[in-house]
This record gives sequence, C-alpha cells and structure tokens, in this order.
Amino acid sequence: MDLFIAIFTGTIIAATPLIFASLGELVVEKSGVLNLGLEGMMLMGAAFAFWAVISGLPMPVAIAAGALAGAATSLLFGVLALTFLTNQYAAGLALAIFGSGVSAFLGRGFGSTPIDALKRIHIPLLSDIPVVGPLFFRFDPMVYLAIAIFGLITWFLYRTKGGLILRTIGESPETSHAIGYPVTRIRYMAVLFGGLMAGLAGAYLSVAYTPLWVENMTAGKGWISLALVVFATWRPLRVLIGAWLFGGMTILQLQGQALGIAVPSELLSALPYLATIIVLVIISQNRQMLALHFPASLAKPFRAAS
Amino acid sequence: MRLRIEQRPEPSAQMRIAAPVIATALTFLAGSVLFAALGYDPLITLHAFFVAPLNSINGLSEWLLKASPLILIACGLAVGFRANIWNIGAEGQLIIGAIAACGVGLFYPNPESPLLLPLMFLAGTGAGMVWAAIPAFLRARMNTNEILVTLMLTYIATLLLSFLVHGPWRDPAGFNYPQTALLPPAAMFEPFDYAYRLNPSVFITAVAVVLMWLFADRSFLGYKMSVSGAAPLAARYAGFRESSAVWTGLLAGGAAAGIAGMAEVAGPLGQLSPQISPGYGFAAIIVAFIGRLNAFGIVLGGLLMSLLFLGGETVQMTLGLPAALTRIFQGVLLFFLLAADFFIYYRLRHIPEHA
Repeated sequence: MDLFIAIFTGTIIAATPLIFASLGELVVEKSGVLNLGLEGMMLMGAAFAFWAVISGLPMPVAIAAGALAGAATSLLFGVLALTFLTNQYAAGLALAIFGSGVSAFLGRGFGSTPIDALKRIHIPLLSDIPVVGPLFFRFDPMVYLAIAIFGLITWFLYRTKGGLILRTIGESPETSHAIGYPVTRIRYMAVLFGGLMAGLAGAYLSVAYTPLWVENMTAGKGWISLALVVFATWRPLRVLIGAWLFGGMTILQLQGQALGIAVPSELLSALPYLATIIVLVIISQNRQMLALHFPASLAKPFRAAS
Repeated sequence: MRLRIEQRPEPSAQMRIAAPVIATALTFLAGSVLFAALGYDPLITLHAFFVAPLNSINGLSEWLLKASPLILIACGLAVGFRANIWNIGAEGQLIIGAIAACGVGLFYPNPESPLLLPLMFLAGTGAGMVWAAIPAFLRARMNTNEILVTLMLTYIATLLLSFLVHGPWRDPAGFNYPQTALLPPAAMFEPFDYAYRLNPSVFITAVAVVLMWLFADRSFLGYKMSVSGAAPLAARYAGFRESSAVWTGLLAGGAAAGIAGMAEVAGPLGQLSPQISPGYGFAAIIVAFIGRLNAFGIVLGGLLMSLLFLGGETVQMTLGLPAALTRIFQGVLLFFLLAADFFIYYRLRHIPEHA
C-alpha cells in the first residue's frame, strides 16, 4: 500500500510541471501561435524562482518571480512572432537557446546546495482519512493550483465569450479581424499567458520538485510538454491525462532505478523520450481527430492589412 | 512626421543580404551593453571575445577547427530547411556518428590498417543517416512531427553515449573516468602541424560546401525542394512528392552531422566522453539561417558562430566570464536576424503631415 501511495502521489507531483507548461501552450496554440520556446521559458522560470529563494524572499514571491520571468521571456517571442511576423519555428528555437543560455549564466552563482522545498500542506481533517488522505490531501499548494488552472482554462475556452474569440482567432485570424477583434493584441495576451504558465512550471521544478539548481535542469520537459499538446489533440482534459501518464512513467522509471532493476539506468532514463515518440506516432495516425481540433491558423503569421 | 510600416511591393534583395550584417552588428551592440552592465569595459571585453582569439596561429587554427563542423552540419540542415523540413536533432545525429566512428576505430581488428579512417567515415555517415531516417520514416509514412522526434532522439543519443562511456566502452586503464580509450593513430586525422589541432577534415567540409552549392543552385532536386518549401501546393500540383523532400532533407542533415561527429572524434577529441559537442548541432541551425540557407552564406555564418564559441572560451579563461555567454549571444543573434528579416518584406515610410 505504501508503495502504491508513493507511486500515485509521485505521479501527480511529476505531472504538475507538465500540466502548467502544456496547458499554457495549449492556450497559445488555440490562438493560432506556436511557441516552441517552452524549454527556454521554463528554465528562466526555474532560475528566477530559485534565485528569489536563495535571496531570502518568501516562497510565494519566488514562485511569482518565476512565473513573471517566464512571461517576460515569452514577450521576446511575442515581439518577433507577432510584431515582426517571423517564422514561429525559428523564433521559438531562438527562445529555447536564449533561455538556456541566460539561465545558465544567472545560475553560475547559485551554488549546488539544495534549498528547503515548497512545503506540503496537510489539509485539515481530510488529510487524516486513511488511504484517501495521503493519496489526495497532502500535496504542496502548486499541485492544487495546477488542477484549478486546468478547470479555469477549460471553462474559459469553452464556456466564455473570450474563449470563443480566442479559438476563432486560432481558426481564422482574417475573419476575426474583419469582425473587428484585435487579433494581434489577443495573441500577445495568449503568448504572455503561455509564458506565465511555463514560468510556473519551471519554478515548480526548481523550488518544489528537485529543490536545487542544475544547469538545463528541465532536461527536455519543455519539449515533452509540446508533444503533450499534440498528444491531447488540443483538448485540456487530455492534456491532464497525458501529463499524468508521463508523470507515472517518470516515477516508475525512478522507482525502477531505486530498486536496482538490472537494466542500465540510462535505458530507464530514456523511457520518457521514447514514450514521447511512440505516443506522437500513435496519435498522428488519426488524422481526422488531429484535424478536428487543430487550430487552422497555427504558426501562420498574420498582419492586419489596415 | 510619422512613421508607417508598409509592405514592400517586392521582397528586397539588398535587405536579404543586409539582414545578417545588421543582426551581427546589433549582437555586438547588445553584447557591449551586457558587458557594461556586468561591470566590464565593453571595448576590452569585445576585443577579448572577438579579436584576441584570432591573434595567433593557434587561434586561427582553432577558429577553423570549430567552424568546420558548424559549416558542415549547417549545409546538411539547409537542404531540409529549404523544403521546410525541420531537423533540429543534428546534435543527436552528431553524437551517434561519433559513437559509430569511434566504435570502428576502437574495435577494428587491425588498428594500423589504412582502411580504418575511411571505414570510420562510412560508419559515422551511415549512423547519422540512420538516426535521421527514424524521423524521416515517421514523418513520411506515419505523419509524425519531425521537430519533436529529432529532439527526443537527441536526448536518447546523449543517454546512449553516457551509457557507453560509463559502461561497456569505458577505458579499463582510464582511472575510472567515463571515457573510452584513445583511438590508435591510424584512426585519427593527422594534424597539418602537430603544434595545432587543425586537420584535413576541413577538406570534407569544403567538399560539402561545394556540394551544397551545386545542389541548391544547380540541381533539379534542389529546385524541387525549394518549391515544396516555398509553395507546397504548387509542388504537389507539379507532382513533386512530399515524402522525397522529407527523406532528402533529413538524410542530408543526418549524414552531415554524422560526418561532423566522426571528424570530431577522429580529430580534436580522439576518444568519447559524456560531453563531445558544445552544441554544434544546435548552433548549426542558427548558422544555416544566418547563411540564408545558401552555401556561401553558411561559410560566413559558420565562421561567425565559431568565433562565438571561441570567444566564449577565451573570456572564460581570461576574464572569468561564464561560457554560457556563448549561448546567450547565439540566441540574441538569431533574434536580431529574425527581426531584421521583417524588413525584407516590409519597410518604414515617413509620412509627412500636412497642416
């Protein structure tokens, strides 16, 4: 039972940064913009949040700093992709390289000592229920925040006028512009929101998940989050499920390494990357489903001809 | 007086060439601001970064040595980029090429055979192509996005390398360091001069540049690839198969990166260790863009990028600045280039205001 609880809670925790990053990217892509720079924004979030903690700032401020760092980084992408209409693939790549460089640059002074991780909260009464308590009610607040954000995004996208406008812009910026919606401004907001989420994801990694600074500590989680959006065929609930699947795989692999299974640790470490490929291949078979939810204007620059 | 952005009637050919120059100048400018903000004299630091490394024969040798893989890989990648095939996993293909070449060099029964180097060349090329064939197959037959697959394969290649040097290929006489034994002399390029590290593998790069030029400007296949990149619908109408562009694009990049990996291990490295590339595979993407996806431009772009690597190392040693600066400059350079490219298609016009 203890092992099951460990694997279950570990899965939820490992999925949390992926949930933040891919839900943010989902909103960005729903507006018709493809920001490949998640890895860079996450690293910036991780570096700034860690920096804030070792500078003695309280944890909530540190996490906010990480989120803002992600948003500020995404603004660079926004200016390139939305104002300068550059190729979004190239702009995203530049952001990934830039973020990895700047975070490594900042991080050289961080030392290699772990910090006190974000505390878990025991929700009164509920956390004392046998089995259910340890399974669901003893996480750190960011885990609950991720779920709450999932709810908010789903509600926003499919139950509000704002969400409808955002999705319309993703389908056809020309039509939206003709109706009178400020396409570029709304896309900027989407990109900033995606940056904020990626920053949160990074902050979670450096102050809660592995409370320690390591250069390039995201180790591909930004790219995996991108893959999750495709895997989810641009639907929030599937992002959540996909993130849990990946979280589960990460934890099983770590458990495997801990148990000393007679397989090279590198092979186990390669599993999430292999799984990403396999999952992408499987989902790509279903062209109909992909086409149904794919934002039609994804990665196509748009400039209002005024 | 107001400024207005308007679309040019036709894309500006001058701006296409000026953009990389403007981007480079702006990168230098941003670099000086950054250095000044860090409390270093910008002029001295820029000099240490971009001039001092080239003040000696050894510096020039290192400059070309580092430019060589960058130019080689960028040539291969540009083939794909012209057709909008996004191979961003050249780093992984380089690693796999280096592993295969080093494997041949270490385990070929006759370590003095003159065939050793050519065999390693074939092994590196083939391995890089195999690693790129996976995303090619998945994209052409299974409709799978090549960006994510090439990247995931890069992480897997890194782990495979780590496994080999920590495990089965570790040098038993290597004091437990995670590295393989040194390659025998017959498995290595002989430097032009033993005082410096530059070796004849630069000629491979020179050949690649010529091939790239022939391919892009003189071949029908190159033309077809450009058409499928610029106008996919027109390409389909003309009967150019998308899958052939996918295969050509990815295999060219994979072969080039595999050869670069072979040349690294048979050149300056001489053995495998967990870190065999300072990110040549990623930097080459920027080189290809800076070089406007054409052969001559890529040579210039590769020389610039090589200087960024070299300068980063130099200021790390002389001024104690972190080597991560190189990656920051790479990102900034690409940012400015992309922004400057805007003015190929658009221009600023003064609009006089009448009373």
